[in-house]
Amino acid sequence: MPDELLHLENIKKYFGLRGGVPWRQAQAVKAVDDVSFVVRKGETVGLVGESGSGKSTLARVATRLLDPTAGRVEIGGVDVTKVSGRKLRPVRRKVQMVFQDPQASLNPRQSVGTILTTPFRAQGIRPTKIQLVELLEQVGLSAEHLDRYPHEFSGGQRQRIGIARALSVQPELLVCDEPVSALDVSIQAQVLNLLADLRDELGLSYVLVAHDLAVVRQVASRIAVMYLGTIVEEGPAAEVYDHPAHPYTRALLSAVPVPEPGAVRDRIVLTGDVPTPISPPSGCPFRTRCYKAEDICSTKRLVLEAVAGSNEHKAACYLPEI
Amino acid sequence: MSSSVAGAVSPTRLALRRVRRDRSARAGVALVVGLIVVAAAAPLLVKLAGQDAYTYHIDLLDPARGNAPKGAIGGVSGDHWFGVEPLTGRDLFSIVVLGLRTSLFIAVVVTLITTVVGTLVGISAAYFGGWYDAVVSRLVDFLFGFPQLVFMIALGIIVPGGFPRWLLLILVLSVFGWAGLARLIRNQARSLVAREFVEAARSVGSSGWHVVTRELLPNLLGPVLVVATMAVPGYIGAEAALSFLGVGVPPPTPSLGRSISDSIAWVYTGADPWFLVFPGAALFLAVLGFTLLGDSVRDAFDVRLRRAN
Repeated sequence: MPDELLHLENIKKYFGLRGGVPWRQAQAVKAVDDVSFVVRKGETVGLVGESGSGKSTLARVATRLLDPTAGRVEIGGVDVTKVSGRKLRPVRRKVQMVFQDPQASLNPRQSVGTILTTPFRAQGIRPTKIQLVELLEQVGLSAEHLDRYPHEFSGGQRQRIGIARALSVQPELLVCDEPVSALDVSIQAQVLNLLADLRDELGLSYVLVAHDLAVVRQVASRIAVMYLGTIVEEGPAAEVYDHPAHPYTRALLSAVPVPEPGAVRDRIVLTGDVPTPISPPSGCPFRTRCYKAEDICSTKRLVLEAVAGSNEHKAACYLPEI
Repeated sequence: MSSSVAGAVSPTRLALRRVRRDRSARAGVALVVGLIVVAAAAPLLVKLAGQDAYTYHIDLLDPARGNAPKGAIGGVSGDHWFGVEPLTGRDLFSIVVLGLRTSLFIAVVVTLITTVVGTLVGISAAYFGGWYDAVVSRLVDFLFGFPQLVFMIALGIIVPGGFPRWLLLILVLSVFGWAGLARLIRNQARSLVAREFVEAARSVGSSGWHVVTRELLPNLLGPVLVVATMAVPGYIGAEAALSFLGVGVPPPTPSLGRSISDSIAWVYTGADPWFLVFPGAALFLAVLGFTLLGDSVRDAFDVRLRRAN
């Protein structure tokens, strides 16, 4: 499809766990296990899941910071799975990343001006001061901040600088890895509003990685739910929120705090821990914690299938809720 | 939030400002600068004193006391400011300043070499990882486990006399010297490589060279500077020790270490303890100056050791 910005096909990313000696059998952590994922122009896709579900790994595969173990990465319709080094630079312009921890993502020894210059230099461009100031103004900062160092800013301001850096190469897609989870709640909304404004202004698309469903609900048009390295449910945000098909999605949604005192909600409490991604359960990876698991669930790995009455909304479950 | 009137100040600048305010650092700098000036101007000073380090002055020695210098304080006089060497009567002032020159030169050159090599190897091992890191790390382990001193002494005996000794000293000390810094920097850099700003630089397509020199190196400047300043007194001592053991700079080139080595017998017998005092004091001051400086550089860059004031 021509309007596909990002197309991930059957992505697998295994991290080797080497034994101390070469002859000991190597184990692999299956961080991402056979995930296909598409982002179209103008979309904001929320990628949600617990810690360790593989969402950050998927984000890093999408930005080509990590090489997938298997699968295809297409950016703007071009297969870039095997592209590396210098040839990757023009591709990198299209997809940029905003990082989780604005404290760690800005080099403490570089001034804001230097930080913003780095992406230009990597592309072989010498930016003018006006360009840098424009970038800062785009994210609600001003020219006076150009010569300051990261330690002189608040967390929210730092994240704005991180966003400005990502915008510097005029990307079409921003992959935001938990962009607000390290910020105060009052600041979170500001940064999310900034992202939404930028989307309208610049026609950006987003992949928004988050574990906070409230955050995703505020901005996402489509949602993908990850569990143990796989996508278990995917669909338009409103449909997934209102009619979750996968039991895991239901459980996640039921855990979102309701901002009304005394409100009654039927909370689904999951028991047990997430199984180890070294040897995930057979069949459905969620069956060990699922409240409605039956024998059939352990038989075969499911692929995402359209939920009844919709073709955009898909889930991987033998016993969907709807 | 630091909001100084001067505006934005980089963390490195802040640290250097702390060094400048530190009193023991200023004492260290004064000592170091003074000694470097003396060492650099040594030939001039020797000429000024109207002496050289090679002429024997047998007439100034007292054969009755085993050829110890005549007169008090090792024969100090208007002509011979630090007295003369026993047994030969050579001018001790010339020997000390020229010896200081030799020691400082070797120590500073070795420090420069080991700092550059150690830093580059350490950062690159951390950044590139994989087999390169494995090879470098094992090599460092090997150098750590190697009996350096024995090797250096053996080498000093094997290498033909035509090979300039000062160059041999620099080479040998450098070959063994970079390993410590490389290990330190590698481990520090590894924690930096995992930070997101390195990923950020990579995600915009920055080259490996850019990441190593612009993103990582500035963050490691503190430890590098600290280790370098602390290394200088170490190498001054190492050079003196090797010369003391007789495998350093050969006579008649003046060397602090050899002079100290030669003086021991004269101290034991009490015939001329002053022979030890002058070269010993020069060595002491050199080590003290660099150590004071190194200490306060470390304090300035290491937030955990910040003194409460």
